[in-house]
Amino acid sequence: MTARRILITGLSSQLGGRLAQALERQAEVETIIGVDSEDPRHEFARTEFVRVAVERRPLRRIIRAAQIDTVLDTRLLADALSAPIATIEAVNVDATAELLAACTGPESPVRTVIFKSSAAYYGCEPGDAAFLSEDMARSHAPRSELERSIVAAEDAVRDFAARHPHCRVAVMRVAQEIGGEGPSSLLALLSLPVVPGVLGFDPRLQVIHAEDIVGALTHAASADLDGVYNAAGDGVLVLSEAASLLGKTLLPVLPPWGTGFAAAQLRRLGLRVPVELVRQLRYGRGLDNRRLKASGYRYRYTSREALIRLRAQQRLRPLLGSGAESYRYEPDLEEFLRWSPSVLTVRERRDAGEGDPPGAGPSGNRDGAGGGFDALGVGELIDLIPSLEPEALRALHRYETEHQQRAAVLDALERSLARKG
Amino acid sequence: MGPTGQHGSQGEPPSVALTGGGGQAPGALRAHLPGLEPERHVSDWGRSELVEGALDRVVYDFLYHYWFRVEVDGITSVPVDGPALLIANHAGALPADAAMIAKAIREGRPGARPVHFATDRRFGTVPGLDMLLVKAGGVNAHPANLHRLLFDEGQLVLAFPEAGPAQVLRARYRLRPFQRLEPLRAALRAGVPIVPIAVLGSEEAAPVLGRLGLSRLRRLPLASALPLPAKLRVRFLDRVAPGVQIDAETLGADLRSLIQENLLEMVSQRRSVWLG
Repeated sequence: MTARRILITGLSSQLGGRLAQALERQAEVETIIGVDSEDPRHEFARTEFVRVAVERRPLRRIIRAAQIDTVLDTRLLADALSAPIATIEAVNVDATAELLAACTGPESPVRTVIFKSSAAYYGCEPGDAAFLSEDMARSHAPRSELERSIVAAEDAVRDFAARHPHCRVAVMRVAQEIGGEGPSSLLALLSLPVVPGVLGFDPRLQVIHAEDIVGALTHAASADLDGVYNAAGDGVLVLSEAASLLGKTLLPVLPPWGTGFAAAQLRRLGLRVPVELVRQLRYGRGLDNRRLKASGYRYRYTSREALIRLRAQQRLRPLLGSGAESYRYEPDLEEFLRWSPSVLTVRERRDAGEGDPPGAGPSGNRDGAGGGFDALGVGELIDLIPSLEPEALRALHRYETEHQQRAAVLDALERSLARKG
Repeated sequence: MGPTGQHGSQGEPPSVALTGGGGQAPGALRAHLPGLEPERHVSDWGRSELVEGALDRVVYDFLYHYWFRVEVDGITSVPVDGPALLIANHAGALPADAAMIAKAIREGRPGARPVHFATDRRFGTVPGLDMLLVKAGGVNAHPANLHRLLFDEGQLVLAFPEAGPAQVLRARYRLRPFQRLEPLRAALRAGVPIVPIAVLGSEEAAPVLGRLGLSRLRRLPLASALPLPAKLRVRFLDRVAPGVQIDAETLGADLRSLIQENLLEMVSQRRSVWLG
């Protein structure tokens, strides 16, 4: 592991925040600096936040001053729902060029660049291989502005790698995320009561759990990866299988001809199906994820397991609220916590046996949504338990003791709590 | 449900050193195929046990035993528990030969891997057809797909290497040149044996009487809508283990003449088209 002084871009996104938290746990990492133009939404123990836009001058100053050796770029927008297309182009193309420019220069300390790309790079083409591998170029020109911007970003990164042979450059092509918070057209589709499909097509679909994206990027830093890697959970599902894993029906409402037009009509009903998703609903896409596995990474979830967790999430959302964290970034507080001599270090705090971090409690609308919880049978509920976070478990435990007091459920909850702490 | 492993980032060191993102030993990735999930009824290729099982019970079983009364020869050439490329002559507008060959292996060679069909890459855009083909075991004949099936997964792949559309009845059992050579190239690259197959009766089962149409490129075949009950004979020829030096063109020509020879012999011995 040579990554010790790390710069993370896009710190305020869910991915950036989780990634910084994961890197904080690695003792070899000396310094983590995160930049973004918005306040972070995660609580950090030692990550330092600098509110700055991705422009070459300020970034170059940070990189030089902090002697950054590894840049982890998590900003890339890979979904048409995430922002207007002009913003996506600015983020993917212009800001990537700025960031790479900040890493160049004769006395640049940067030795590793890890760039989060997207499987949308490959597009969805009917004649493509069933398992796209890293050395396959796109078989067709980009079909949309979004794809064009992703291809342009990767081209810029490849150029950078060619001009800096002393620098390790890892490009991580990440499949569609499940279990994250960000706006995603696929998740929007899968969270409808019935899943719409294209008549006469049952496309192949491969996803990755949000934790595995964090895991893959952390692995890229700690295992000194170089080159292009696909990151996608094991197992390629078909859409009908995905729908049944979520306990939903697949309804082929989109006609096989004029699909784009029909998708445009759906927009009036409030469902936006971008052109990339239309192509995916027709032709599907599978990735060859073996190169990343051969480099030593073990995925935590298969595609199927990620969808089962999504099902639990969808069912528990009315019960536990949106799960929005109550953390709010306060610059003065963060400054105090980091630099005041009165504050004990993380290790000292852990030794002193301090309890849960603040703000981890469940959200307040628990009581209003008891119906969703009561509707689940004992067996179903016990199946859900392993996928829950400790705070959700505690909330469920409290609710169960106050209401039905089923012994089997309480027992399972307690056992799970004892295991997870 | 739940985690199946741990982060490699905290555990073992990387097993393979990668530089420049390429240049791996050929078998290095084979160990990293995804594991089987027994709860699933669909393979990673999109093949569906349920659809396949229903087709087998409702259609294939009847066709195999009662309609075509398939007779099989030399089934032992198909390896048990190992990969092979199966190459056959192909006929007719509504070909049932692929399904019948797969059925013959399923019935006569227990333990052999399920057969994947190398399908035309154009089918990918046809609504309904592609979905059905994929669910029944069809795989787009992309070189990477064929290599993964034969080399990495060690499956049986059936391909029809003859060029062009089905020939008319007049020209039956005269093999067209083998021009779809991707499967042969994939087999040579993967180093798997090839099993040539001669199928007799498929030309009469789905005869193409002539071709209609104005454009020279897209001429509709004039054929019967349902397969006729011709007697079907499937002869599995001896397994060929190609040497390293041979190229796909030469191999294709050799296999073509081998199948052609056997077909002519089978035709000459046949007494009746319908009774065999």
